Amino acid sequence: MALTEAAPAPKPTVARPARRPRTQIDRMDRKRQRWGWLFVAPFAIVFVTFLVAPLGYAFWMSMQTSTLATGTSFTWFANYGKAFTDPIFLEGLGRVASFALIMIPAQMLVALVAALVLDNLSTALSKFSRLMIFVPYAIPVVIGALMWGFLYSPRFGPATDIFGLVGLTAPDFLSQGTIFASLVNIVTWQWAGYYMIIIYAALRGIDPAIYEAARLDGANGRQIALRVKVPMISSSMVMVLIFALIGTLQFFTEPQVLRAVAQGAIPVSYTPNMYAYSLAFSYSQFNYASAISFALGIVVFAGSYLFLFLTRKQSGLK
Amino acid sequence: MAILTPGATAPVDVTDTATGSRSRGSARRGNAGRDGGRKIGSHVLLIILVIYFITPLWWLTVAATKDTAGLFTGSGGPLWFDSEFNLFNNIAGLFEHQGGIYWRWLGNSFFYAISGGVGATILAVLAGYGFAKYRFRGRNAFFSVLLGAVMVPMTALVIPTFVLLSNMGLVNTIWAVILPSLLSPFGVYLMRVYTQDAVPDELLDAARVDGAGELRTFFQVSLPLLRPAIVTVLLLSVVGTWNNFFLPLAVLSDPNLLPVTVGLNNWQALSNAGAGGEQVWNLIVTGAFVSVLPLIIAFLSLQKYWQGGLSLGALK
Repeated sequence: MALTEAAPAPKPTVARPARRPRTQIDRMDRKRQRWGWLFVAPFAIVFVTFLVAPLGYAFWMSMQTSTLATGTSFTWFANYGKAFTDPIFLEGLGRVASFALIMIPAQMLVALVAALVLDNLSTALSKFSRLMIFVPYAIPVVIGALMWGFLYSPRFGPATDIFGLVGLTAPDFLSQGTIFASLVNIVTWQWAGYYMIIIYAALRGIDPAIYEAARLDGANGRQIALRVKVPMISSSMVMVLIFALIGTLQFFTEPQVLRAVAQGAIPVSYTPNMYAYSLAFSYSQFNYASAISFALGIVVFAGSYLFLFLTRKQSGLK
Repeated sequence: MAILTPGATAPVDVTDTATGSRSRGSARRGNAGRDGGRKIGSHVLLIILVIYFITPLWWLTVAATKDTAGLFTGSGGPLWFDSEFNLFNNIAGLFEHQGGIYWRWLGNSFFYAISGGVGATILAVLAGYGFAKYRFRGRNAFFSVLLGAVMVPMTALVIPTFVLLSNMGLVNTIWAVILPSLLSPFGVYLMRVYTQDAVPDELLDAARVDGAGELRTFFQVSLPLLRPAIVTVLLLSVVGTWNNFFLPLAVLSDPNLLPVTVGLNNWQALSNAGAGGEQVWNLIVTGAFVSVLPLIIAFLSLQKYWQGGLSLGALK
């Protein structure tokens, strides 16, 4: 990652020369810089214990195969070969990929439109709206999914009444054909407000004089929004996209919660994470589950890295 | 993640929109007439958005005042109050059902969120400061690894973490939730970016010249300057732990240790599968309602802090 070099090195602390010989100052300075490790050490311990160690351990476990007949044996990459040819895993991977293709643009669009509209207004209503659009972020994902489960349910939800008003029968939001859209809606509802706040803050950081200049050049409101504002906040948009991408590929909570109300529509292996979870906790196949987890991790990491690479111009990455 | 270039600015205080928008407003006054129509359109759009985002919460509020029969066949329909007001009965029900275990779950959620959130924040502040203000050996290498870790999906760690914890005999204890929650690479990243700009090196040098040690410099000089970022990281990590579902679902099985998210999900699964006696729809709804109140109140009352902070690092 190139940006570590971008960090300005702390200014040398040799503000008072002459008094002592240089080497002594250097030695003192070097000694002082060691304090850095002390500050970083507590985090480093947690980092190693709960990130490096689990990853390493998962990798090690994923290289083994355990069967009742032969016990545990070291089988190198056999589990990965199995994973990447396992139709259930691949299907789940394809499903989160299509979620990413639909869900991320949906969230981004709602967030961007809301932020652009809010940026243009400074009324009481706009302030109130900003808060209300953000509020779902304060709701735990589980509770959000539970709530939407109730709203979708033909027994509890308002859909029957609302569609009844115009003389239509409500669709079953929890059937096999509609569950995809229903999940997209839950996630959009939950996260669009958070992304909106990030984009909005970036818009607020732009110097309004630029808009004046654009207006003098004859740009109208829409042109200013699309040709001036959006390009200027592209780095925030890239960040939001990365957040959304990482979140979508590890999709778990919403489908897991909705499974209880839409059992026919969401199989246990709906997403790769759900598949790994059921492999581990319903079938005790921890080796294979580790391989699935690790494989998913690699896909997510590679995916977000690739995305950052492709958007390096927008994000300012050299 | 160079989008968040460390050269990035200190957070712009978006809460202070009053002054910002006033100057912008006056600059635009000339166009007020032309913008009039568009403003109405914008407001209509906003109202539609607000209705979309608020309806589920409105439903939850209304539903929390109904008993189970009212939820199914309320006289006012799903989006309006029933003829009976049962909120207090439902809350009393939460105290009775399974010995009031709901309140225990809520307490657990608080405990996990606060201890995990505070712990993660302390580690992030220290590490961010260390990365920003010292040039120790291996700094760049470690920080690069850390940035990569921001992109490691946390759920991919759950199953391996479960296996590790079970080898350590920590599964099904509070530590199984709290210890992994201390990990917040993104928090460290934010603290580093913020510290870089908010704490000038000259100030640290001055403190050192005055004879303050490294620790004293950190606590008395730097820490007060970092307050906005600390509040943000604290909020983010508290919310993160409060929201967590996959980890506690995997590592906890003792009903007394569950956070409220996993507990309510269990009730819902039981109610869907089970017979009449296990169907506690009214309690699930009221439980969900009660559990979202603290965070909503916290967010509404702490606006000042998070609005500027959430965008921290995203600004160029």
